[in-house]
Amino acid sequence: MALVEVQGVSKVYHRDTVAVPVLENLDLTIEQGEFLALMGPSGSGKTTLLNLLAGLDTPTSGSIRVAGEEISKMKPKQLAAWRARHVGFIFQLYNLIPVLTALQNVELPLLLTPLKKKERREHAETALRIVGLGDRMHHYPRQLSGGQEQRVGIARAIVTDPTLILADEPTGDLDSRSAEEILELLERLNREFHKTIVMVTHDPHAAERAGRTLHLEKGALLEARGARPAPAGGAQ
Amino acid sequence: MTRATLVRANLRRRLRRTILTVLGLATALFLFVTLRTFLHTLQTVGDVGSESRLVVSNKLGIVFPLPMSYRARLASQEGVHTVGYASWFGGIYQDPRNFFANFGVDEDYLALYPEIVVSDEHRAAFMADRTGALVGVRLMERFGWTVGQTITLQGTIYPGEHQFTIRGVYEAGRRGFDESSFFFHHRYLDEIMRAQMGEAGFVGWYVLGVSDPDRAPQIAQAIDATYENSASPTRSQTEKAFNLAFVGMYGNIGFFLNAIGMAVVFAILMVSANTMAMSARERFGEIAVLKTLGFTDGAVLRLVVAESLVIVGLGLALGLGGALLLFNLVQFDFGGFVPGLAVTPRVALIAVAIALLIAAVSAAVPAWQSARLKVVDALRYVA
Repeated sequence: MALVEVQGVSKVYHRDTVAVPVLENLDLTIEQGEFLALMGPSGSGKTTLLNLLAGLDTPTSGSIRVAGEEISKMKPKQLAAWRARHVGFIFQLYNLIPVLTALQNVELPLLLTPLKKKERREHAETALRIVGLGDRMHHYPRQLSGGQEQRVGIARAIVTDPTLILADEPTGDLDSRSAEEILELLERLNREFHKTIVMVTHDPHAAERAGRTLHLEKGALLEARGARPAPAGGAQ
Repeated sequence: MTRATLVRANLRRRLRRTILTVLGLATALFLFVTLRTFLHTLQTVGDVGSESRLVVSNKLGIVFPLPMSYRARLASQEGVHTVGYASWFGGIYQDPRNFFANFGVDEDYLALYPEIVVSDEHRAAFMADRTGALVGVRLMERFGWTVGQTITLQGTIYPGEHQFTIRGVYEAGRRGFDESSFFFHHRYLDEIMRAQMGEAGFVGWYVLGVSDPDRAPQIAQAIDATYENSASPTRSQTEKAFNLAFVGMYGNIGFFLNAIGMAVVFAILMVSANTMAMSARERFGEIAVLKTLGFTDGAVLRLVVAESLVIVGLGLALGLGGALLLFNLVQFDFGGFVPGLAVTPRVALIAVAIALLIAAVSAAVPAWQSARLKVVDALRYVA
């Protein structure tokens, strides 16, 4: 079952009077429960595509449907609400709020849900335990290693149980050992929790963890490697 | 964790800057409230003056006396029902810094002031004692005096040590009326004058009770016309006008105090706005993250405004609260010329309005920038 359907999507940025096409007439389907890696050189449009899938930006033309909802036509306020409900975003540089503890950082997205204070805390604790940081809940980001910070970032991404997890080079700032741990964690989220994950990466080794890898070059999908079947049961 | 936790955490992020901003705001608001309160108090001096009392003083100035002989003629002036008189004594109690107003007055003077509320017992005791004094309750409290105590004042106009016995205490029968004066019998002052200068028969000024306040200007005009060509020409005016003329001496001071107050508020407005803008600019990356998580423009705006409100609220609490505490706990005394300082609800409301304005202006630009920043653009600040 297709969770994400991208049809004829183009994105053009305007730099002063110059139009810069980044994505051109792109089609893509992502199955529920799939772990997809997006590769390509710098400027190929990987992050732009990820931003479009996350509802952080809107396409110049074409349509994007996620879980049956047409997000490319949504207004900014609708998109914000949609992101809160459906998207978990993992950043390359973790982007934790430095003045909040790990637990508070993970609770942050839950402020946008109708959950009560106690429930929010319980959900955040559960997410932190899943990523193996049950003993670091009250640590501030500066008291954590890079790998641990990224785990907090992952816990924050999964705490709302989103439809889609989007990761923008999640291992790009980590040493090889920490990177391996993060990739294992993402793989586990996909395998055990049936999360649909789209990961942008420069690292072929990281891409090997994904079930399918797509290559973007100059705004077009050039190559698709055979997909590993999505785990049974699907996401959500 | 709540949104308030996020606001608190952000305020603690640069704790020193937050504290300094709060203290700056508090100081500015305290200064503003103090200046406005002082100005307001000066203005109320005119308000406590009556329209039904005329003050007749020497045209050359209040320091020049008028002959006692004017009294009978003033009393016969049509429309005048009572004539009282008073003279400035200028006595010092122990130290020149212990300044307070002390006057020699006649019986009719006190009768003209129903605002001077004194018990029958104290009034009778005062009237019976040639060296008796009637003292305002705040002056009594200031020096810890008691009824029956003998007070020695050192004369400045009339040299020597002069003794008075406190026989009565008065309270103000009207809000704003002074409670810090020291009255004694003019006949005692006459004795001192005679002893030192060989003659008496002069008074500092007359106070006239008029039956119809609407006719006070005509009566004043008639009195001044009568004495126009005498050795001691007069200036007659209603007590309210007399007091306002006194305040008028502070006219320029009032203007400058007002200007300083507004300048202080404007300066802190700029400082506060700049601080808030800096704080928001530093966090564009984090704001981008919040938006990525699903926080709407409105939610981000509310967070920035909440931070601004907390900072300004703390500044207001310290500044206005400090002024309220200070003026309520410390009884500032201007020697009976000006009523004690008290922060009025109007001044407090103006301070609150200014604080809200500072909060709004300080938050406006960063809130607008944060709210309007596109997530994709904002994420570029992260790196």
